[in-house]
Amino acid sequence: MALRVLVGVKRVIDYAVKIRVKPDNMGVVTEGVKHSMNPFDEIAVEEAVRLREKKLVKEIIAVSCGPKQSQETLRTALAMGVDRGIHVEVSGAEYEGLAPFHVSKIIAKLAQEEDVNLVILGKQAIDDDCNQTGQMTAALLDWPQATFASEVKVEDSKMEVTREVDGGLETIQVSLPAVLTADLRLNEPRYATLPNIMKAKKKPIAKKTPSDLGVDVSPRVETVRVEDPPVRDAGQKVENVEELVSKLKEAGFC
Amino acid sequence: MNYAKTMALRVCRQSYALRNVAKSLLSSPAARCQSTLSAPDLSLPVTHLNEEESMMKEAAAKFAKERIAPYVQEMDAKGETHPDVLQGMFENGFMGIEVEPEYGGPGSSFAVANMVIEELSKVDPAISVCCDIHNTLIITALRNYGTKAQKDKYLPMAVTDSVGSFCLSEPSSGSDAFAMKTKATRDGDDYVISGQKCWISSATFAKIFLVFANADFTKGYRGITAFLVDRDTKGLVIGKPENKLGIRASPTCPVYFEDVRVPASNVLGEVGKGYKISMELLNEGRIGIGAQMIGLAQGCMDATVPYIMEREQFGQKLWDFQSMQHQVAHVATQIEAARTMVYNAIRLREAGQPFIKEAAMCKLLSAEVASLTTSKCLEWMGGVGFTKDYPVEKFYRDCKIGAIYEGTNNIQLNTIAKLIKEEYLRQ
Repeated sequence: MALRVLVGVKRVIDYAVKIRVKPDNMGVVTEGVKHSMNPFDEIAVEEAVRLREKKLVKEIIAVSCGPKQSQETLRTALAMGVDRGIHVEVSGAEYEGLAPFHVSKIIAKLAQEEDVNLVILGKQAIDDDCNQTGQMTAALLDWPQATFASEVKVEDSKMEVTREVDGGLETIQVSLPAVLTADLRLNEPRYATLPNIMKAKKKPIAKKTPSDLGVDVSPRVETVRVEDPPVRDAGQKVENVEELVSKLKEAGFC
Repeated sequence: MNYAKTMALRVCRQSYALRNVAKSLLSSPAARCQSTLSAPDLSLPVTHLNEEESMMKEAAAKFAKERIAPYVQEMDAKGETHPDVLQGMFENGFMGIEVEPEYGGPGSSFAVANMVIEELSKVDPAISVCCDIHNTLIITALRNYGTKAQKDKYLPMAVTDSVGSFCLSEPSSGSDAFAMKTKATRDGDDYVISGQKCWISSATFAKIFLVFANADFTKGYRGITAFLVDRDTKGLVIGKPENKLGIRASPTCPVYFEDVRVPASNVLGEVGKGYKISMELLNEGRIGIGAQMIGLAQGCMDATVPYIMEREQFGQKLWDFQSMQHQVAHVATQIEAARTMVYNAIRLREAGQPFIKEAAMCKLLSAEVASLTTSKCLEWMGGVGFTKDYPVEKFYRDCKIGAIYEGTNNIQLNTIAKLIKEEYLRQ
């Protein structure tokens, strides 16, 4: 059975950028800041491409919800091996209020429209750390979910997934169609090579809006305040182990 | 900026640039190109990147950071290129950036080739050397002057696993390159090459050698002819790598030609056109060295400024001394000027406009700026900058080659002066 796969790719502030809170404490500075694909989504794309290399997948579609620049993220996914992209344009205040609740509705709707058998998402995005979109998408579609995957085997219409859970590894079997979310150790994503970047230029990106998909993106959550984490006090140097132990005792650590 | 418009502009730039490569170097066929362009496109800043360029630049930066950086110190100490780094550069399409897809290349642009060199140089200028020579000299030579058969044979090799070496200099002919003594003697359907080349970059692992030899000394430099020589050809001997000050990870060796026999079909371009080919390649290749030097300077700044923003003396951050801010601002301005010149030279070349003077100027200035930057950064770092625990001393050593290879600073000044003279004589 050759699958059709939908992969979600989110444009986030690059992992190496030092995050700054806006002066009005209502969000973080995003203008003029380097953005790239959410690292867990890179892993999701890589997994889809590997499944196709094993001849288990016939088409991979990537979707990104966000402003115009999200197309750059889609272009990266195309350069990694995705066949075509869908850009669901959400910008300005609407984008600021966009949450997993809305995105999962968009992805669920597209999964049905595109008649896919497998949705692969990153387990969470590194900007909001929500870890909800995959679960909500599965619920909306009423499909099984296999989250925090560190290994995936597809056989016929079933998928065996090893999950990274608190106590160790859990192996489950789900029937397809299903929603899969990628954990860090699932694979090591490939680079977008120069020849593939050139090929990606010719791959199509379709544009849609949430209203095209019948999804209401009005915010359900109001941001009250965004703050920097407390500044860590400078450490102290100690001369020897005795002093270290006494300091630890003073501080109540032992 | 409208993406389609940018691409249309770039396509126009490319097609004209390609047609013009072999033409008279000072002619200005750009007017034809301009007539098809709309005004807003021409007002683009030279450092503006189109989507392709920014993706490629980012891809090279990522590769450099993740796949080259971990080996930099080791490669510098050993004086070797790590095989994984070389293999990675081929796998990512950095070797043969302009090669057309029909030969297995990405089919990207001259600008992207230079941008990749710039990005690699931010992390390791020694690694960018083989990428630079391979792309801007060897590949360009094959694409511009190669016969169909030569392209069919060498371009697929050159994008897969075969690095090219450019063999021009000799012990007694460096800047005076056309006084070369290496000779090529016709023997039936073959040429027999004998002589010695020196300062040959990448020679320890190169598989394709572009060799300049004089096939008719009675004609002087008009006897100089370019030959493609495969590494495994009998009589081609690679000497011991030089023990160098900088770009140590890039092996530089003498190469000996002991009656090396190649078929006449391995002549690149026409017999006697070698001097012209080498000049045309180097005129363009200088932009690549400019890109290398601005990448090097920026990489050095990036390794230094965060340190001086953290380091405290006299109860305040080094950065908070106004004299320090002024010095950094001055050097950053120099780098910006050099970068703008490099990008302008790239855009001129792509637009099919005269670029030789600008290319020589951008190489000269970039080499000088890299020298100033690395020297200042090392001073700002203080004692630690002088140690191998920080990358600054390596940039300081690596930059010096920029004032020497592909034409020394003095040779650049000669070229610039010659073109200035021509401009004034025309008035």
